[in-house]
Amino acid sequence: MDGDGDGSRASAVAAIATRMRELIGDEYVLTDRIQLRTYECDGLAHFRVTPALVVLPDTTEQIAECVRACVEAGVPYVARGSGTGLSGGALPRADGVLIVTSRMRDVLEIDVPNQRAVVEPGVTNLQVSKAAAPYGYYYAPDPSSQQVCSIGGNVAENSGGAHCLKYGFTTNHVTGLEVVTAEGDVLELGGKAIDPPGYDLLGAFIGSEGTLGIATRVTVRLLRSPEAVKTLLAGFPSTDEAGAAVSAIIAAGVVPAAIEMMDALAIEAAEAAVHCGYPEGAGAVLVVELDGPEPEVAATFEAVERYCRENHAFEIRIAGDDDERALFWKGRKSAFAAVGRISPDYIVQDGVIPRTALPDVLRAIADLSTRSGVRVANVFHAGDGNLHPLVLFDDEVPGEAQRAEEVSGAILDLCISHGGSITGEHGVGADKAKFMPRMFSDADLDTMQLVRCAFDPGNLCNPGKVFPTPRLCGEVPGRHRGVHPLQEAGVAEVF
Amino acid sequence: MNALAALRKACGDQAVREATERDAIDGVRPSYVAAPASTDETADVLRAAAEHGLSVVVRGAGTRIDWGNPPRGADLVVSTQRMSGLLEHAAGDLVVRVQPGLRLADLRDALAPARQRLAIDETVPGATLGGTVATGTAGPIRMLYGSVRDLLIGVTVVRADGTVARSGGKVVKNVAGYDLGKLYTGSYGTLGVITEAIFRLHPLPEARALVTTRFADERAAAPVLAEVIGSRLVPTAVEVDRPAADAPLTVAVLLEGVRPGVVARAEAASRMLGADAEVSRDLPDWWARYPFAGDATGLKLTVPIAVVPDLLRAVREAAARTGLAVAVRGSAGVGALYAGVSPESAPATVARFVATLRDFVARYGGSVVVLRAPTEVKSEVDVWGPVAGLDLMRRLKDQFDPEHRLAPGRFVGGI
Repeated sequence: MDGDGDGSRASAVAAIATRMRELIGDEYVLTDRIQLRTYECDGLAHFRVTPALVVLPDTTEQIAECVRACVEAGVPYVARGSGTGLSGGALPRADGVLIVTSRMRDVLEIDVPNQRAVVEPGVTNLQVSKAAAPYGYYYAPDPSSQQVCSIGGNVAENSGGAHCLKYGFTTNHVTGLEVVTAEGDVLELGGKAIDPPGYDLLGAFIGSEGTLGIATRVTVRLLRSPEAVKTLLAGFPSTDEAGAAVSAIIAAGVVPAAIEMMDALAIEAAEAAVHCGYPEGAGAVLVVELDGPEPEVAATFEAVERYCRENHAFEIRIAGDDDERALFWKGRKSAFAAVGRISPDYIVQDGVIPRTALPDVLRAIADLSTRSGVRVANVFHAGDGNLHPLVLFDDEVPGEAQRAEEVSGAILDLCISHGGSITGEHGVGADKAKFMPRMFSDADLDTMQLVRCAFDPGNLCNPGKVFPTPRLCGEVPGRHRGVHPLQEAGVAEVF
Repeated sequence: MNALAALRKACGDQAVREATERDAIDGVRPSYVAAPASTDETADVLRAAAEHGLSVVVRGAGTRIDWGNPPRGADLVVSTQRMSGLLEHAAGDLVVRVQPGLRLADLRDALAPARQRLAIDETVPGATLGGTVATGTAGPIRMLYGSVRDLLIGVTVVRADGTVARSGGKVVKNVAGYDLGKLYTGSYGTLGVITEAIFRLHPLPEARALVTTRFADERAAAPVLAEVIGSRLVPTAVEVDRPAADAPLTVAVLLEGVRPGVVARAEAASRMLGADAEVSRDLPDWWARYPFAGDATGLKLTVPIAVVPDLLRAVREAAARTGLAVAVRGSAGVGALYAGVSPESAPATVARFVATLRDFVARYGGSVVVLRAPTEVKSEVDVWGPVAGLDLMRRLKDQFDPEHRLAPGRFVGGI
């Protein structure tokens, strides 16, 4: 990548630093080694790269200026929100600039009549719902990291959350973006109204993992808070029975707000960490939440309870109030970190299978675990088949990390062979680019990169993420290049 | 080999014919019609078209073939009529995989025994899934379920050069790679030919109720619309209908769910709609249909939801000023209305009407698109109106279809 040599890239970065200091102020342009190292990784901490320069802009125009400076000098740049991503999507470039949006954290507008909020990219996910709460509204996507993760990051990753089973993902809830394009132009995509004419650039941008530009202002749809929320916790002898209960609920035409499952090892970890008091001796627990209009929830909840019992739930608890509900969720939401209590190191995997393949895949994961001697704790969004196997290992023991990596990769292969996906919500980032060819053909990946080439012909915007091999965005071969743009626009005719 | 022979080699003698007057697209007469039966045959057809420099327009049932601008060229019509299969219905996973030529109505019938549905309204009788994705059309129930873009989870497309490319997949939750389904949705066949689509499904609700009432005008309806849309009743749809721009306004609220829930919610909605509100199980004839037919001009108007009453007023006033006969209908709950202008109207007057409404919606970041219109009207108006991000859109087109052979000129900015 360093065609001009490291020296000239370094001086280009230094020139950008000077320009940014004039624009943003010294204190928000970081070049000190120790300060830079604070930004060396995101939530996936085993990928670490110290960026050459960190800038903390406060306005769209500052971001645009920074991007333009990078593009002019051919310097790669990466955007970062709160740095909670789990795929290394915000992993910096050693020869590039890291643009951090954490200072842009104003909720600009809560527009109740139009059911929209307009926020800056550094605003946290939870902050949006908190700002809307006094009006009886909330923002539906709720990733587990919602207290800290930023909306800008949610846009980049198309974040989901436990409740996306019913309500969908970020892409279903963002109606407008102001973006700084990969080349440094400021562009409005959509707004408070739906269906802007033309290609759905908004849809292409959301979930592109920061490779097509930087979101600088986000307009989201607010939903009316549900009239009723009911949550149950059910203990089952094993994941088989719990899985059968999930199938019965879905087959009955119920769409719960969330259905979460944990297996015995995950429960053990959660108990050790947060003492959530899940049913003793459970081989699996389900947390099922229904929300909506009161009479609707009441009728459906009865059915859900029945399906759990019919599938051998030996204990069912119903949350009497918000505190009890919070307790049910505490075990689930703390599961990733809790695994630290039972294992020195672990890999958080994120794969998706068709929900009906759950029993088969769980058995296969158990086989993998037995054969390799690597323990796997399972936590999943059971309603939509999104698995989060936690692969446990001890880095101090030679070879364990390697074996854990292999098991983790084999789980992704299981997902692919069952017609699923290598990532349901954590993204491809730096971590899984190498798995993309197992899920997609060269032609598929090449076609996706046509979009990349349209947005970022210089391949400077978060390069090296998502795709295992970059596509060269040169002239596309063809006999002719179509009609002149002026003719297309109807401004000129060619006779 | 000439073009006809090459096309026949690609998908069989029986599947290719010379075009007739009846194949004309918005006044443009094609030379050939090819009906490939599979993704592979479609790829061969598009390679043959590329070799012979043929411009290509995709046609499903042809119900919206005259939407958008007339194409600059349409040498070859690729018909999806032989790709009309339901390939896979994974009922337990609430997912369906279909070919583009499958009709929405046939899919509805096929899914009904499993008590499931694809939550996309059939806004034009006979419409296919491929055409619905290509035009991105959605009706009343989008308020709760979103539109095509929200329900399409996987797609196979043949590019202009014959390359077959997939994105997404068979699982709803999936963030691997770019979501190209979003780009193809509403792209009017300018980026490729869709040969397979995968959608997420929803359970068919056990019960439904439609609560309807009528208001003298949009001002009287405004507070009630705001109350229903801002309520916790979770309506599936909130629709308005006005057969003439100054006629009384019908407001209809659709509630779906389990029986006891629907009964209780319908009562609550009736209280909001007022003493004259009626509750019915049946949907009216106009439900999910555009307020235009035949050679009328059909518009789509979008604004933020709270602006809908003002938009209704703007339409009424613009109709009165221009003397046009205009019917209005649409989804107040999402801020998308449709207007039908009588086919007898003078093109210049229709153009003035459209311009007036564009001025109005511009204040709110909305849009007015002329979905269809008589040729004389299309030559008087820019059917797409102002478009943000046009430069990037052109670059996308250049990447996907560098020779500009796919539905050239039909889309925004002459793409």
